[in-house]
Amino acid sequence: MANYKMQMLVCGGTGCKSAEADGIVTNLEKAIVANNISDEVQVLTTGCFGFCEKGPVVKILPDNTFYVQVVPEDAEELVAEHCVKGRKVERLLYVNPDTKEIISDSKDMDFYKKQMRIALRNCGLIDPDVIDDYIARDGYQAIGRALTEMTPEDVIDVIKDSGLRGRGGGGFPTGLKWQFAAGYDADQKYVICNADEGDPGAFMDRSILEGDPHSVIEAMAICGYAIGASQGRVYIRAEYPLAIKRLEKAISDARDYGLLGQDIMGTGFEFDIELTYGAGAFVCGEETALIHSMEGERGEPTTKPPFPAESGYWGKPTNVNNVETFANVPAILLKGADWYSRIGTERSTGTKVFALAGKINNVGLIEVPMGTTLREVIYDIGGGIKDGKKFKAVQTGGPSGGCLTEKDLDTPIDFDNLIAAGSMMGSGGMIVMDEDDCMPAIAKFYLEFTVEESCGKCTPCRVGTKRLHELLEVIVDGKGEMKHIDELKRLSRTIKSASLCGLGQTAPNPILSTLDAFYDEYLAHINDKKCPAGQCTSLLSYYILEDKCIGCTACARVCPVNCISGEVKKLHVIDQETCIKCGACYDTCKFAAIEKR
Amino acid sequence: MAKIKSFADLKKIKEDVQSQVALREKGENSDNLVKVRVAMATCGIASGAREIMTYIIDECAAKGVENVVVTQTGCMGYCYAEPTIEVVLPGQDGVVYGNVDQKKALEIIEKHIVEGTLVDGIIPQTHKTIE
Amino acid sequence: MAVNTELTVEKFNELEQYIDSMPSTKGELIRVLHKAQGIFGFLPQEVQKFIAKKLDLSTAKVFGVVSFYSYFTMEPKGENPIAICMGTACYVRGAEKVQDAFIKELGIKVGETTADGKFSLDALRCVGACGLAPVVLVGEKVYGRVTVEDVKKIISNY
Repeated sequence: MANYKMQMLVCGGTGCKSAEADGIVTNLEKAIVANNISDEVQVLTTGCFGFCEKGPVVKILPDNTFYVQVVPEDAEELVAEHCVKGRKVERLLYVNPDTKEIISDSKDMDFYKKQMRIALRNCGLIDPDVIDDYIARDGYQAIGRALTEMTPEDVIDVIKDSGLRGRGGGGFPTGLKWQFAAGYDADQKYVICNADEGDPGAFMDRSILEGDPHSVIEAMAICGYAIGASQGRVYIRAEYPLAIKRLEKAISDARDYGLLGQDIMGTGFEFDIELTYGAGAFVCGEETALIHSMEGERGEPTTKPPFPAESGYWGKPTNVNNVETFANVPAILLKGADWYSRIGTERSTGTKVFALAGKINNVGLIEVPMGTTLREVIYDIGGGIKDGKKFKAVQTGGPSGGCLTEKDLDTPIDFDNLIAAGSMMGSGGMIVMDEDDCMPAIAKFYLEFTVEESCGKCTPCRVGTKRLHELLEVIVDGKGEMKHIDELKRLSRTIKSASLCGLGQTAPNPILSTLDAFYDEYLAHINDKKCPAGQCTSLLSYYILEDKCIGCTACARVCPVNCISGEVKKLHVIDQETCIKCGACYDTCKFAAIEKR
Repeated sequence: MAKIKSFADLKKIKEDVQSQVALREKGENSDNLVKVRVAMATCGIASGAREIMTYIIDECAAKGVENVVVTQTGCMGYCYAEPTIEVVLPGQDGVVYGNVDQKKALEIIEKHIVEGTLVDGIIPQTHKTIE
Repeated sequence: MAVNTELTVEKFNELEQYIDSMPSTKGELIRVLHKAQGIFGFLPQEVQKFIAKKLDLSTAKVFGVVSFYSYFTMEPKGENPIAICMGTACYVRGAEKVQDAFIKELGIKVGETTADGKFSLDALRCVGACGLAPVVLVGEKVYGRVTVEDVKKIISNY
């Protein structure tokens, strides 16, 4: 059995790899052999540390020393000093930019405190199908404490004082919502969990239900106790079969333990949960639409008031929260409102889960305290932009949100700052875009979504979004005129102010925010008939560069319409008349001899 | 399953469960019981996590490595590196591996689980979880 | 082998038994439609009429609900339904090109089924596997990081 005393972990993430991580590994291994310590020290390549701005990174175990911006030439010194003599190489240690303090143990680095898991506390730790695993991690302690030591008012006060706001998009204070529902007298009340995650690019609710279903069940029971409801419903996407399976198993196990049903823990409190399947309609994220859908109707929203707290499911007082909001509740009850409200910013407390996706290296599910900046999320946690491309924008809030750009990178993320920056929190999808993404085309993509998902009940949204989409189509097709921009703006304003529900009121946001930040891209499409990102096919032409083409014929062979002609080892030419701009030649060429303009 | 009839019952179950875990970890097999967690959310399964889990169980059995407990768990958050598994040696912090295919799984069994040495492909943990 | 899209008596009986077993049908239209689509594979006019009658609703109301939700379909799907995720993450990672490749390879448009009933093509919104973008589903099988080159290979698997 090999018995290494020390391990040197070299980051093999994309960022560090392009910055010569391979050379570092080779040189470290050489130095280890040269110093005759091959039996004691092992060199390993790891996945991305996330800390790409300071890469390449080398971490040494077991003492957790964290070296940054290491180059292959440093390897010899690292081995000779750290491994052989046991002395740290100070010049390569990380220096805290604020305090100028040298930090050698990576556990003390702020970087490791960037992500904090509250809603995801059990995801990836427990077996979601085993209720005892959840109980071992303080599961059902919060409902136990609530039922035996607290009044419903106490529970509502804790949630209010914690500052928790709805994680589904709106950001309404959760405690206040509970208080409203508690305030109405009725023979029956309902607790509804909105698990109809429809925001493209967001999957935190699915992950929570798949990884920690009991936390949602416990929170719904707590809510039931607080507002005086004995019935819970989870409205869940039919497209999430695994989440449904895990949730059903969890509910059944909770019933077997008596944690759902009558007389829970001998306190006389009764609560049970049933599942209702959604059927694919984005508008059902709006709570009145969701309730109509649960009643077997078309999921169309209705005007508020009356709010669901007064008259919701079957006309009874109803409280609707989303999955992530509920997942926070047991932790808040156990650790206290003070603890929770100290995390995050003043008006947006706690943490938020984001689904980080798109053109970013570390696509993943992350949970950060509110107030973390976009830069920290994208570069420190997300590992920067894929393939070394340039950051262009990050889209938050899904089809209701907007694009944030370079200038917003240092804005602390919270509900209010995102709105001020022209976007919104939404459910937490965060799609990163690079220089190759065309912003008018992205706006069109989102409008396509809203056109399809508009329920059709009110005219501004039904007809307006369709017209917006048509205008965008004209622009990306290169047939746009300046008057179309004015029309886009005017129509957007009308739709925002006249639509019935959130879907229509926010539908123009992707247009307005890209018009604001990327006005020149719209102009390029309209005036120069060019797509700066090279994405809009009708504005593109492919050309073969004379000095680069070696006549390998690869492009001619892949061309689906045979529009490339040329002899072996001679310059090839694309017939622009026949070319369908599929880009197959561009992707195939190994000599970068094809250019798109 | 016995019903939980009071808060005290729940607390007792929690203690039982925790001591069971402790027993499992610190008891008779204290020197060599290894925990392997496989991230089995939709993305993980789509990337082949189920096959990897079966493979690890089968391969450990075939090799006579009996001190391994393989369990499923939810999303670890490292979507870019699915399938991901975590290996926890007794008394040590867990180590997460990403992009685990059969070849990597075999290497993990032979080197990490049996010999106790790390192998390439570790995903450094970058978050903290509340207790 | 084409998909069995016949509206057999057995299937109607199965649906009837399911509806009859419900303690109350109040507000359960969507649940019934989910079941019916599970049995028949799609929701043609005949099935909608049958449900309307059983639940004592107008056929117009049933149609209104069926057409409202994207999960419900009135056309039979292919034996191997292909669905391309068009969520934002997949879109920015090239889902549109992958979709075009499927259209070209199968010779059908999105929403259509091949003449032999073997494949149908659909676009769907985020399946939540953004780490694998772009994502293509064939039945329940998920293919991740799909490139235009993979399209032929995926089709040849079936």
